[in-house]
Amino acid sequence: MAQLNNGVAASVTQKQPLWLLAEVTYRCPLHCAFCYNPTDYDKHTKNELSTEQWIAALRDARKMGAIQLGISGGEPLLRDDIEEIVAEAHKLGYYSNLITSGVGLTEKRIQAFKEGGLDHIQLSMHDVTEDISNFITNTRTFELKKKVAAMIKSHGYPMVLNVVIHRYNIDQVGKILEMAEALGADYVELANTQYYGWSLVNRDQLMPTREQLNRAEAATNAFRERVGNKMKVFFVVPDYFSDRPKKCMNGWGEVFMIVTANGDVLPCHSARVLPGLEFPNVKENGLEWAWRESPAFNKYRGMEWMKEPCRSCDEKENDLGGCRCQSYLLSGDAEMADPVCTKSPNRQLIDEALANSQKPFLREQPIIFRTDKNSKKYVEGDKERIEQFHALP
Amino acid sequence: MENNIQHSDIYAIALHHRFQWEEAQQSYVILFPEGMIKLHGGAGEILKRVDGKTSVGEIVADLKNTFPDAEDIESDILGMFDIAVGKAWLRKVN
Ligand code: SF4
Ligand code: SF4
Repeated sequence: MAQLNNGVAASVTQKQPLWLLAEVTYRCPLHCAFCYNPTDYDKHTKNELSTEQWIAALRDARKMGAIQLGISGGEPLLRDDIEEIVAEAHKLGYYSNLITSGVGLTEKRIQAFKEGGLDHIQLSMHDVTEDISNFITNTRTFELKKKVAAMIKSHGYPMVLNVVIHRYNIDQVGKILEMAEALGADYVELANTQYYGWSLVNRDQLMPTREQLNRAEAATNAFRERVGNKMKVFFVVPDYFSDRPKKCMNGWGEVFMIVTANGDVLPCHSARVLPGLEFPNVKENGLEWAWRESPAFNKYRGMEWMKEPCRSCDEKENDLGGCRCQSYLLSGDAEMADPVCTKSPNRQLIDEALANSQKPFLREQPIIFRTDKNSKKYVEGDKERIEQFHALP
Repeated sequence: MENNIQHSDIYAIALHHRFQWEEAQQSYVILFPEGMIKLHGGAGEILKRVDGKTSVGEIVADLKNTFPDAEDIESDILGMFDIAVGKAWLRKVN
């Protein structure tokens, strides 16, 4: 049995996309400091795919074998055709998941989703305290999220909560889990911030300490023991704190396919940061070509592209060299071993980042929230804050 | 076996889980939030018969009938139920 769970799978070289992530819009009413959306998202907010184009993409991906569908964004509910998309997904036999901040979810819409056959709704929550939740999202949305959670439950949906963990809420993990239990959650994903897009810009401010992390893991385990099978808790460990990288997206072009708001087809969320790659678009050659033939999808598939130390490493099947985007963003070299790996010549970049996050003057830099205004700056070339991560030592 | 599966037990696919045939995989799968289990051959044949009405004993008899050449499939079937209940893919109806 091959089990796929949160990107952890037993078997690879499955040359079919199993997961389709539809990032239907980059528009979002929230401004989360840890958002992994591209910092230049603002340039992709005006050329979104139409309803018909989304439905065609769903149909094609399903023919190719995609079965899990995530509808995310931005905030997908800012589009008024999600009902239609959901109903079509159900007819096609997808197991579909709406990934939402909850803003814009009404009784009327959830009713339509239920009738259309949406399988579940994943709600992002941020903290148990109103202050921190509102702070990190840069909005007043805490009470609303609690109401939405109740609404999801009352419509018979499994309650899947996703909580992004960072320095500001990591000490509350025990309480966050209790809140989840009180809300009747069935699954809780405690996702430690991964540093891409906006979260990379804010890395020094968001990174927890190792002690905080250990305490949070202990609190999670204690909770698991008490609650048992009733609520499944996933604790996604931040890779900076380990010796080996994560097998990013379960392998480039192995199981995940992402279609972005404007129709670009990507093997991973942040692939667009990589230099010299041209990504296919559904409007041009279609999904089948994008997955099988496009140079971008074949570029880092398998292990052929590797250089040393990965090429001759006896662990390469475990992690496939880690994350290409992380390697590029931190070292400027997309083909080097992920800097998280202690065998990588770039490991000191991670150690420095861990050390920097402890330095008070960096910790206390202002957070840059994900807003259209800030994004425009990145589009226009105010790139200083990004470039500092490209610089090779 | 940890879950003490009895012939008289009746199971159904767990809430929020979906069991279906996947053409592209050429196998049965169970889908649930964030995950998928691919069921190879025999496992699919067993779970396909789990419908919230048929008892474990009836499923065993049916499979013995359908696959008369398979030896000692009863313990395999009970073992499969044990796993599926342990993983919460199935819920007990009766
Ligand atoms: S992480 Fe926050 S800002 Fe980013 S898309 Fe999600 S809700 Fe919006
Ligand atoms: S050297 Fe490369 S393949 Fe080996 S463990 Fe490190 S990242 Fe993975």
